[in-house]
Amino acid sequence: MTALVDTETVSPVAAVRARVRRRRAIVVGTALLLVVVLAVAALSIGDYPMAPADVWTTLWGGGDRVQSYVIFQVRAPRLAMALLVGAALGLAGALLQTLLGNPLASPDLLGISGGAGAAAVFGILTLGLSGPVLALFAFVGGLAVAAFLLLAGRHRADGGYRLILAGVGVAFLTVAIANFLMVRAKVELAQAALIWLTGSLSSTPWWNVATVAVVVALAIPAVVACAHWLPITQMGAQTAASLGVRASTVRVVVVVTAVLLTAVTCAFVGPIGFVALCAPAIARPLLGHGAIGIGTSAAVGAALLVAADLVAQFALPGVSVPVGVVTGAIGAVFLLWLLATSKGRNL
Amino acid sequence: MTSASAAPRLTARGLAAGYPGRRVIENLDLEFAPGRMTMIIGANACGKSTLLSVLARVNQPLGGAVELDGVDIQTIPRRRFAQSVGLLPQHPTAPDGLTVAELVARGRHPHRSVFQRWSADDTARVEAAMAKTGVTPLADRAVGDLSGGQRQRVWIAMALAQEPRVLLLDEPTTFLDLSHQIEVLDLLRTLNRTDGTTIVVVLHELNLAARYADDLVVMCDGRVVAHGAPSDVLTPDVVSSAFDLEALVIPDPLTTTPLVIPVPGGTHVPADQS
Repeated sequence: MTALVDTETVSPVAAVRARVRRRRAIVVGTALLLVVVLAVAALSIGDYPMAPADVWTTLWGGGDRVQSYVIFQVRAPRLAMALLVGAALGLAGALLQTLLGNPLASPDLLGISGGAGAAAVFGILTLGLSGPVLALFAFVGGLAVAAFLLLAGRHRADGGYRLILAGVGVAFLTVAIANFLMVRAKVELAQAALIWLTGSLSSTPWWNVATVAVVVALAIPAVVACAHWLPITQMGAQTAASLGVRASTVRVVVVVTAVLLTAVTCAFVGPIGFVALCAPAIARPLLGHGAIGIGTSAAVGAALLVAADLVAQFALPGVSVPVGVVTGAIGAVFLLWLLATSKGRNL
Repeated sequence: MTSASAAPRLTARGLAAGYPGRRVIENLDLEFAPGRMTMIIGANACGKSTLLSVLARVNQPLGGAVELDGVDIQTIPRRRFAQSVGLLPQHPTAPDGLTVAELVARGRHPHRSVFQRWSADDTARVEAAMAKTGVTPLADRAVGDLSGGQRQRVWIAMALAQEPRVLLLDEPTTFLDLSHQIEVLDLLRTLNRTDGTTIVVVLHELNLAARYADDLVVMCDGRVVAHGAPSDVLTPDVVSSAFDLEALVIPDPLTTTPLVIPVPGGTHVPADQS
């Protein structure tokens, strides 16, 4: 009897909204749990293996000198960087894909990573830059590519595939520029730049982690605002305008935010491919209901990069490859699958 | 529910509109009486949609102004304008998998800021909009899976959740079969009569426009050719000059509104001979 009354009084709108919220809670919760499991693995596994219990006591200051060194100077900063960079790339990818309504839109395919990379290589090789100044340089490079793409696609109602194709072209150009700079550089410098260009998390100092954390934290308010606007601009510029949202403003805020998030990761760990492409594509179908999944993409991106870094370090016995090689390999397969199935068509 | 406040008066004064380098509309004056249902008709590319987009503040006028109760709409904050004037464009897009309830809920956007949480009041208003348009049973269906007629009612529900006092619709019956066209127009008329919402519709179907409009606006080449009650406005001369079509106009046997019957045989009378 009471059950009958309940089904009658519960509003259909509230019911649907509650179901969407519940599913998001489950997905985000699972992703975060996965992040925790992967983080424990990342702190435990290595040349100096530690039991999770030892990791725990060491984290609270109970470990011996070797344990403390391994955790605090080697593994924790590397893990923190992987989490931050993965989350930032997941955010950047989700923002761009929703803005352009295209699952292929991501900073790497649009040439934004390439622009940041070429600018950074120039900074490393000819100006000898590093740290925050290099980050600024990468940001300007990424922004230049983004600005070019936005101007090129300005008069088109939907900036879908044409923009992606233009971005792929720009990406090739930036690779050519970076290669040209590398060929002319001294061998040792070129070697350093090459390792950087592949994207690597090895030997991360805490100072870098802190810088990336500050930039990501600064971007959060913009991300929150974008998450508020994007569901509206998703319905078309005209519908958005009639709901009081100016699509052109949202476009600029989204692009600058995505470039900032991409460039800061680029400057400190190099251009890590495909995380920004894959994370939202995994998050969205899990959420369903046409959700854009910006926060979920951050969690998935963090999990992806920590997992990829574990594979990069330990999959081949005795050989540790840069994490960019692993994400590139996973991402290439993923991209082919995206193109082969209907998933790649539209959002 | 929202019949408390009278609808504001939407006016175009000396309006010029179009695209950079191509003015579609030049020096247009038009007033939409509050609480009435106005239909805009005219041949393709006569500037109907352009006019609607400027009235809804989607595009900026190239000259002149659109006023809401005497205030230039360009000076009204976007969100506040969206609280009084809504537009249903011709091709709105719904993301894959989005449910009807969530789509309609997005109509609440102008009434919420980034920091405002969704309230029970919002839920109530979304439900009211869905009830009015009869889409409540579809609440948990994906918008993409609906039929054309259902989808159009859902989009109208979203526009209603916005609670505009003036609602502009760009060809809301395109791609619908006749019975669904009637359904949508009946719905709009009911909304207009019960809530006093000013409704402005761009419509292609002359006879339906004549039947449902309180006021009819006939446009041709970016100008208003005629404006007034359908029976005064829709004459063979006006049809001939605006649509380049020879037609017989008789009273509709059901409603006595004008009924346009094209003269068969494809005899086209050039506009300058009329």
